[in-house]
Amino acid sequence: MTAKHVITFSTWFYLGIFFLYLFGPLAVMGVTAFNTPSYPQAFPFEAFTWHWFAVLSEDKDVLYGFTNSIKIGVLVVCLSVPLGLAGALVMQMVYSRARSLYYLVVVSPVLTPGVIIGISTVIFWRDFTTLTGMRFMYDGTVLVVLGQSSFIAAYCMLIILARLQRFDRGLQEAALDLGASHTQVFFHILLPFLRPAMLSAAVLAFLSSFENYNTTTIAILADKTLTTVLAGRVRQGSTPAISALAVVIISVTVIAAILYEVLRRRDDARKAIQLRNAATAEAMELSPA
Amino acid sequence: MTAATGHWLVLALPVLVLAFFVISARLEKRSIASFWRRNGTAVSIYLLGAVGLWAIFMIVLPQLFMVEMSFRPKLPPTQMGGPRDIYTLQNYKYFLFGSTSSTDSWNVIHLRAFAITIVASVLITLFNFAFCYPLAFYMAQVATAARVRVLLLMLIAPYWINEVLRAFALRVIFAGSGVLNRALQGMGLITEPFDFLGADVAMYVGLSYAYLLLLVFPLYNAVESLDKRQIEAARDLGAPWWHIHLFIVMPHAKPGIASGCTLVFMLTSGALAAPLVLGGPRTLWFTPIVYDRFYQAFNWPQGAAYAFILLLTCVAFVLAVLRLSRLSLGEMTK
Amino acid sequence: MTADVVLDDVTVRFGPFTAVDHAQLRIEPGEFFSFLGPSGCGKTTILRTISGFIQPTEGAVRIGGRDMAGITPNNRPTALIFQNLALFPMMSVADNIGYGLRVRGQSRRKRQARVDELLDLIALSDQGGKMIDELSGGQRQRVAIARALAVEPQVLLLDEPLSALDLKLRQHMRRELRAIQQRVGITFIYITHDQGEALTMSDRIGVMNAGRIEQVGRGRDIYDDPKTEFVASFVGENNALPGRVAAVAEGLAAVETGFGLLRGRNPRGLQPGQPAKLFVRPEALRVRPQGFAADVADIAYEGNLTHISLRAGDTPLAMLIGAGDHTQPPNIGDHVTLGFAEHEATVLPAGP
Repeated sequence: MTAKHVITFSTWFYLGIFFLYLFGPLAVMGVTAFNTPSYPQAFPFEAFTWHWFAVLSEDKDVLYGFTNSIKIGVLVVCLSVPLGLAGALVMQMVYSRARSLYYLVVVSPVLTPGVIIGISTVIFWRDFTTLTGMRFMYDGTVLVVLGQSSFIAAYCMLIILARLQRFDRGLQEAALDLGASHTQVFFHILLPFLRPAMLSAAVLAFLSSFENYNTTTIAILADKTLTTVLAGRVRQGSTPAISALAVVIISVTVIAAILYEVLRRRDDARKAIQLRNAATAEAMELSPA
Repeated sequence: MTAATGHWLVLALPVLVLAFFVISARLEKRSIASFWRRNGTAVSIYLLGAVGLWAIFMIVLPQLFMVEMSFRPKLPPTQMGGPRDIYTLQNYKYFLFGSTSSTDSWNVIHLRAFAITIVASVLITLFNFAFCYPLAFYMAQVATAARVRVLLLMLIAPYWINEVLRAFALRVIFAGSGVLNRALQGMGLITEPFDFLGADVAMYVGLSYAYLLLLVFPLYNAVESLDKRQIEAARDLGAPWWHIHLFIVMPHAKPGIASGCTLVFMLTSGALAAPLVLGGPRTLWFTPIVYDRFYQAFNWPQGAAYAFILLLTCVAFVLAVLRLSRLSLGEMTK
Repeated sequence: MTADVVLDDVTVRFGPFTAVDHAQLRIEPGEFFSFLGPSGCGKTTILRTISGFIQPTEGAVRIGGRDMAGITPNNRPTALIFQNLALFPMMSVADNIGYGLRVRGQSRRKRQARVDELLDLIALSDQGGKMIDELSGGQRQRVAIARALAVEPQVLLLDEPLSALDLKLRQHMRRELRAIQQRVGITFIYITHDQGEALTMSDRIGVMNAGRIEQVGRGRDIYDDPKTEFVASFVGENNALPGRVAAVAEGLAAVETGFGLLRGRNPRGLQPGQPAKLFVRPEALRVRPQGFAADVADIAYEGNLTHISLRAGDTPLAMLIGAGDHTQPPNIGDHVTLGFAEHEATVLPAGP
């Protein structure tokens, strides 16, 4: 065996081990969802069944946690995207000396362990609401949204900032020159340009919120989300209904990914046609008329 | 000083910081007026309001309040803010000595948990690095673009699943009657099921598994930016492969390595899901202990103190990494 | 409806740097006026000051008699065409053109009517639905102009709009722009570094250098009758012969140069003893039996013109012979004597 063969072989071997490590547990769990024993078991595989999916669909706690997670996810998007947008815009306007301090402050939640964010959020808002009498704000859902948004807004900000840096300031000036007010420029020119980034940020925000555990489990107080229900179930020892849930989640994400790829391909094709039109127009203009 | 005054002091802090910003802006000859003019009234209000809400009420003040609370005694709600609510180090004493007053004996359990958490996190980070580096290098320099796309997709896919479920998946595998035990028994390596969960092996594997991806990405990005020709030139000159990696690729990838390792360390030491799901009854991991102080012992000041200790550890780690790798924060977070 | 533009002693400073230095000028209503000068001469600054993006450090800008101090760009009766056009990529051609009307609250129907009108003006009648990305360079130019005209400005400001186009298109667009201006009848203020553009399109030209407006006048006047050294050498090609004024008489000056005593017009009233430069255009130089000596260094034949490069001592000179001159061009290496008519040369002060 030559050296090249050794390298190729070990590369494939390494990749195999890597992805076995990564996918193995999930595959095993997927199998247990369809297996009959009432505790998650992959091997031996006794009989194929959909039973656990039915159990899942009747699980009140899981369903409640699911809807609550969705509700919180939507609220987090509604809070984080505007905050991230403002953060990105201000980042561009802040002069350089203050910029690093500003950056440090707004990115710090990303680096802070989720547990600490949860704790600090709860402590602060408990004291703040008693101080200012806004007791209604001291509620699990509100606290989770606030806690999660503190770092999810930073993700949004970074995504929007990347697109913002490619923005042609001249467009703003042109709109102003044509008589638009600043608010009109914001809504007619800036936001449409940032739309793709804001959509990505929204999707990321929702997904990050939905699957968050550390911050959520502390800030949720007495309420429940899907992740906290799961954690509770898993610790108590559970039925393969949990595995069934995992299979459902996997399928949904795979379908979503495929949809995304299809949409992206279609968008690329449309752009190619536009460019072709422009080139044709250009050529017609330069040829002797 | 009573806590009541302390509270107002803490609230006043951001106002002071803002004042600092305004004053230094004046000094640099920019003014609030030009900001207002550049953006129009409505947009300016939105920008300042949103950033103010976010930076002050969601980031700075909660941290300050948490730190402040860690220096207060545990009191029933009626007595908070009253005369008995004074600043004290008793929560930190508890962490070290197991009691708020005496310093006779060390708080062995918590201190051990803390030490294990730190050491294990470092080791897990190093292991993850060693495990991920070849893949990152392969994707960045060797594989074709199409294959990289496929690999990226395959890498991200498992992480669409919630970390709790992933920990659960590992639990299924490591359980007494799980796949691993059955396989080992089947191969004749062991006769009785081995308690992976109780021995914390499952937990360590789970912790490594949880954040593998987060190391691949920064590494991949960092290595990708290296000009392939440098490697080829070195190989041409006869450098052995380990030399190339140690002295050419890794120094170039330093920011990526630093940021990836920092992220993994902080997430691992602050992990809650994997220890809870995969740990046994006697598992020692620091973050579940923090959680316990809060919601089992209902001792919020103590929970705050423990949380603050964790935060300081993370900050210390980041600073150490920055110093060791001679990078600045901005370079690293790219 | 259009208006005049008055720059009343306008000075614009950025810190220690003076971009515009005491500009005093009145641009007539309905005039096509160009600011001509090299990069960094301040013409863009002047344009942005008129449009409201920059506030003058001193002096005032008046449009139609109204002082524009403190009035923001969106409230001025001006429209600016940016160098890179700044067309909105997320909107169609029709939406781009109609944007100014949209922000003024006009209804969709009224907007559509005006947009159609403008599409006809720029000869893109059925292209309203296209996106900007699908247009050629020339088409985008026209859309930019239509967009600016839609808001019926009293003054249209153009910031080197043709510089990104290739040669043939540029020449075509020059005629187009001029035609549109004459049809619409409003004041156009145009800035460029290309003198060919300025000369063909403008009613009057303001030549700028290092923040100062050095001369204002019709193209012909600026070309034939430059008042400063910079204008003489920037507009068109010119030969500069340095020396000192020896004598003055009847609007002429005799300058003692390295090639002998040469005479030219004396528009600035220079006195004997003053250092001066005598400017004579390449087309005014002739091979004469009497004059000063020069060697032919190079000949470039261009069909309708022949460019001849000569050296007189250390000084390079340029001569131009038209195909219609019916003179025999010299050969390379020839030793010739050059002369010119007195009234075709101008004597101007040398140095700053």
